[in-house]
Amino acid sequence: MTAPATGPGGPGGPVDRTAKYGAAEGDGLVRCDACPVLCRIKPGRAGACGRYANEAGALVRTDPLVLSERAAQEGRAMVPFAPEAEDWDGRVVRGAETFVTGIGSGTTYPDYKPAPFIVGSTFEGVDTVTVVTEGIFSYCGVKVKIDTDRHLGPERAVITADGEPVGHVTTAEYGSQMLSIGGVRHLTGGGKREGRVTCDTLLALCNREPVELAIDGGSHVVVRAGAAPVVDGEPEARMRVGCGSATIGMFARQWLGHVDEVVVVDDHITGVLTEHQAGRCLDMPPAGIRVRGRRSTPGRYFRVAEPGSGWGGTDVTDPLTILERVDPETAWPGLRLLMVSTTGQDALYCVLDEALRPVPAEMPAPVAAVVDRIGENCEPALCSVLFMAGAGGSLRAGVTENPVRLTRSVKDKLTRVTMGGAPTYVWPGGGIMVMVDVERLPAHAFGHVPTPALVAPIEFTMAAEAYRALGGHADHVVRLDDLMGEVGGAARREAWHGDNPWPLTPLRRGAGADGGGEAS
Amino acid sequence: MTAAVETVRGAGAQAALLPDGRLHLQEGPIDLVIGAEGAGEAVRRAYTSAARRFGGLLAGLVGELPGLRAWLGDTPPIFADPVAGRMLAATWPHRARGLSPMAAVAGAVADAVLAATMEEPGLAKAWVNDGGDIAFHLTPGTTMRVALVPDPAVARAVGTVAVDAASPVRGVATSGAGGRSFSLGIADSVTVLAGSAAAADAAATLIADAVDVDDPSIARRPARELDPDTDLGDRPVTVSVGPLAPGAIAAALDAGEAVARAMIEEGTIAAACLVLRGEARTIGITPAGAIGNEEREGQGWNRGSASW
Repeated sequence: MTAPATGPGGPGGPVDRTAKYGAAEGDGLVRCDACPVLCRIKPGRAGACGRYANEAGALVRTDPLVLSERAAQEGRAMVPFAPEAEDWDGRVVRGAETFVTGIGSGTTYPDYKPAPFIVGSTFEGVDTVTVVTEGIFSYCGVKVKIDTDRHLGPERAVITADGEPVGHVTTAEYGSQMLSIGGVRHLTGGGKREGRVTCDTLLALCNREPVELAIDGGSHVVVRAGAAPVVDGEPEARMRVGCGSATIGMFARQWLGHVDEVVVVDDHITGVLTEHQAGRCLDMPPAGIRVRGRRSTPGRYFRVAEPGSGWGGTDVTDPLTILERVDPETAWPGLRLLMVSTTGQDALYCVLDEALRPVPAEMPAPVAAVVDRIGENCEPALCSVLFMAGAGGSLRAGVTENPVRLTRSVKDKLTRVTMGGAPTYVWPGGGIMVMVDVERLPAHAFGHVPTPALVAPIEFTMAAEAYRALGGHADHVVRLDDLMGEVGGAARREAWHGDNPWPLTPLRRGAGADGGGEAS
Repeated sequence: MTAAVETVRGAGAQAALLPDGRLHLQEGPIDLVIGAEGAGEAVRRAYTSAARRFGGLLAGLVGELPGLRAWLGDTPPIFADPVAGRMLAATWPHRARGLSPMAAVAGAVADAVLAATMEEPGLAKAWVNDGGDIAFHLTPGTTMRVALVPDPAVARAVGTVAVDAASPVRGVATSGAGGRSFSLGIADSVTVLAGSAAAADAAATLIADAVDVDDPSIARRPARELDPDTDLGDRPVTVSVGPLAPGAIAAALDAGEAVARAMIEEGTIAAACLVLRGEARTIGITPAGAIGNEEREGQGWNRGSASW
């Protein structure tokens, strides 16, 4: 996988250590002085130890502990990162509140117990404890949501990366196709190379890097969290506003009086206005234009064409080909017909001639306005990636001597689970099974071990009292100030992700979904 | 305790006792995990010797780096540093194959630290694991069992080899395209048993380089483009390997096997196991009682063309 494009020192990027531990040597080459080997490291490469790397000409630690900080007072503006300022001490705001994330907290020797950091701090008068660690997850994967109407491939089709199976196509959801990538069976249950490629794929997806996936019997898709999907080389622009039938329902009234018939072309359901309930309610006369496909209910047609990358996720490039016939008993010369896709990206306006043949004509402004409005109501198409993993026995043992009590504490909403400071959704049922939006974690939050398995930060935050009650390693609690004194200088500091709730905010019993995991 | 803490303390060797009683030594790119068995205070004293030997070891090697990175020619270079000397001794017999003493660096470090522990008289057994290249010390009645993991990406042993004190084998090393060092070949892994970890390291590197075939799915780049100080110069190192036809896999393994057989003939190694895409070849003589294939499971090893 390629080196991430984030510039050093920028918000979300690692701290440039070139001046402290090395020297720039021109051509982007950096010399690392962290040990006597004095590696000269090319951009995008790591030194002999694998601990230091050259990222865009700057020497960075590959796995620094990440501290997230937010302004101490509400409404106080964040000071932008200004590494060039002489007196800048690397902190976003002096006196800022700090949350220690699990990123870089340490997994080199998983034998270490208790968890690498158990941090005590006070927030709003309550003593809180955050147990910070990096979990090694063999049972993990990502669920990918790709906003597209295009047919990416059949459900259950195998998805490959670099020639190896890494997941499968799962359900088609509203305006989106879901993919499941990873999981223990690909990571460790298949071939050796399959496991390695799956691990690389998951790591890249979680670290928001682009990944090319090939779907058996379907498309090639470039997926990058937070970016538009690229399907067979073409970037997707918009999610559809709805299926063809829904589009008819939404805009029927706005078309009334400007057109006599509208066909909304869609891979799932193609809508025909005058046959549709929406057209009938407006007393629109039947237009006698029959489309291909299988009629579901009046004005709603399945399979007017094959799936593809044409109009509305079909393979249609000339929309007139889906017209089966024009009924001479019902249609009339001069009939105004609009054909439009469910994203408004494709539209054709026609008028029937004397022989009832559709003849393309200039689209009147009121009709074009509605076509534009379809586009305006489509949200930008994105890929979203949720990491999903279960916090198993050994990880919990780093928190408490009695691991099941941690599980219960999470279920009872006494303990909040965050990953890199990002809120997680904790699945109901057994175990601590979490899902997190990878876009809400700091940059480069995920790593891997050769098992292969993913390494992800995870933090458990609870009142100090609750920590003692669940049999926590109370002797190992370090005061936040002491920890800052010890590792503060070596840690990477990041501005708090504004959308994430502050993890130290005390939990209230029975706070519902806002407790152990907040899904938002 | 953690990587973050080490960074604050900056350069210098680190020593830590792992919770299971093994010793961890680290400085720069060197990570050693050391285990020992013995009576009374022997283990603790052996660890103390190892830690003492480790101090300054990296600095000594760094002082010789320019010479260690130079390709071996007709005249042996002269090194003052003893670890550099071990590297030269392990690589010199292979000079016609083309390599620098750096091909044996990991194994030589393991041998050097192991030698320090062996000064302890009460020690029954000791081993030094330098990122997978292992040097071990045995006394009569003890056995070193080495689990063979053909692919570092999948922690699954496909068999174990037991080496007893009567065997001349004292080192095992693994090399491959997926490792931390560059490879000229495409092997997933090549594991070698030899008289020392340094000898095994150098041989594994060369055999892994030889497991190769011309195939459009293999991407290569001049080593210098990736690391300006590499001992490989502009030689094309493997960057990635795509899908391979069964014929290509067999051809690449044939090429590696030829080199391994030659080394066994020369007496520089005892045995080798070559793995590429699930296909494995085991090559080696089996001195009675010295190296025996105790357990076999999994696909790869059963398809081997020879037994250990």
